Amino acid sequence: MNIAITLTVNGVVRQAEVPGRRLLSDCLRHDLGLTGTHVGCEHGVCGCCTVLLDGEPVRSCLTFAVTVDGHDITTVEGLAAPGGAMSPVQRAFAECHGLQCGFCTPGFLCTVTALLRDNPAPSEEEVLEGISGNLCRCTGYQNIVKSVHRAAEIMAEES
Amino acid sequence: MKPPPFDYHAPRSVGEALETLAGAGEHGKVLAGGQSLIPMLNMRLAAPGHLVDINRLTELDTLDVEPGGVRVGALARHARVERSEEVAAAQPLLCQALRLVAHPVIRNRGTVVGSLVHADPAAELPAVLALLGGSVRLARPGAVRDVPAAGFFTGLLESAAEPGELAVSAFFPLLPPRSGTAFREVARRHGDYALAGVAALVGLDDDLRITAARVACVSVGPAPVLVDVTEACGHRPPASADWASAARAVQERTAPEADIHATADYRRHLTGVLAQQALRDAAREALDA
Repeated sequence: MNIAITLTVNGVVRQAEVPGRRLLSDCLRHDLGLTGTHVGCEHGVCGCCTVLLDGEPVRSCLTFAVTVDGHDITTVEGLAAPGGAMSPVQRAFAECHGLQCGFCTPGFLCTVTALLRDNPAPSEEEVLEGISGNLCRCTGYQNIVKSVHRAAEIMAEES
Repeated sequence: MKPPPFDYHAPRSVGEALETLAGAGEHGKVLAGGQSLIPMLNMRLAAPGHLVDINRLTELDTLDVEPGGVRVGALARHARVERSEEVAAAQPLLCQALRLVAHPVIRNRGTVVGSLVHADPAAELPAVLALLGGSVRLARPGAVRDVPAAGFFTGLLESAAEPGELAVSAFFPLLPPRSGTAFREVARRHGDYALAGVAALVGLDDDLRITAARVACVSVGPAPVLVDVTEACGHRPPASADWASAARAVQERTAPEADIHATADYRRHLTGVLAQQALRDAAREALDA
């Protein structure tokens, strides 16, 4: 039996009819057509599917869509400005080569966006702790850590 | 990697949740944060007929520092408890252990009470509850009972919560005066389940001699292993306590199993080393208290 739900995704009110077992990650990708959220391990290890739920990063593969009925979701598609200009975090990842194949990137971008909102000038240790739940198999993480610090710089310059 | 089908229930009150759970009996399962349950569903290790989602029960989203301890409601997420300055002041071990639970993003969603009911012997919070002598409050229609930690963790991933019962809160008692706590663990990667871990509590008398010393160990048995090492430490000041003898007493009580991550001997070795470190840390904190 399907259940009607309403989510506000990237500021747009979206409706879907989903079975109770539909993961939020699959709801975003299959029901709402937002394929920016990537699905890696589907048991909460890789962090690729991280989205913002009411502003807080969560694993969308460890959340049922029906549970978050009525809530706000921000996916990687919602991070850029309305005109399409990349956010400071996105620009920093591009500038510092914080990605290679790009599969893990949506999860990192969502995680780091929330991290820098809560802590605009994180220490090296805080950055490592903040991104510890996201796996990247290409970069070796060094450039991702640089990207986070660079994003903090850009945000400080532009505020 | 998709969950098996189930009937989904989204009660709007605790009363409605209890009725739904009572009706579902042994086919019912409670969904709180889902950070352990949903992986088990995705991997088809669990297939409940009815899932009772308590995420709308804001009346369970509570965190109260009471005169005797910290009471955590069933919907209080790890992140909220971890960031509470009141909790950190009242029961620092709880916050210290929470920082070792998975990753920050998982802690945004996972709940303290959910972790206790999941009763994973590799998890930190069951060890903390066992060490502090806390309890879990279980409810069913018309009845509420408090189960002490000593009787709550009944086996591997098994707790005293019976079919139809809802764990509504957990209680972590405050420490007596002149006592300290510590948590030490070793994991392959930061945020992984620990290969071994030890929570320790040391209490001193007015002459600063050890009057209580105990540890709770993770990943070395089907449930948290609680060991009283007061005798082994000798009733001496921490500076001259026999920590090595205490660590051996702890090792003798553990029955670790080998798996892909570590041999049983290595786990036992780690437990001894960590027990000594955690007891020393706890004693130092007790001296400062």
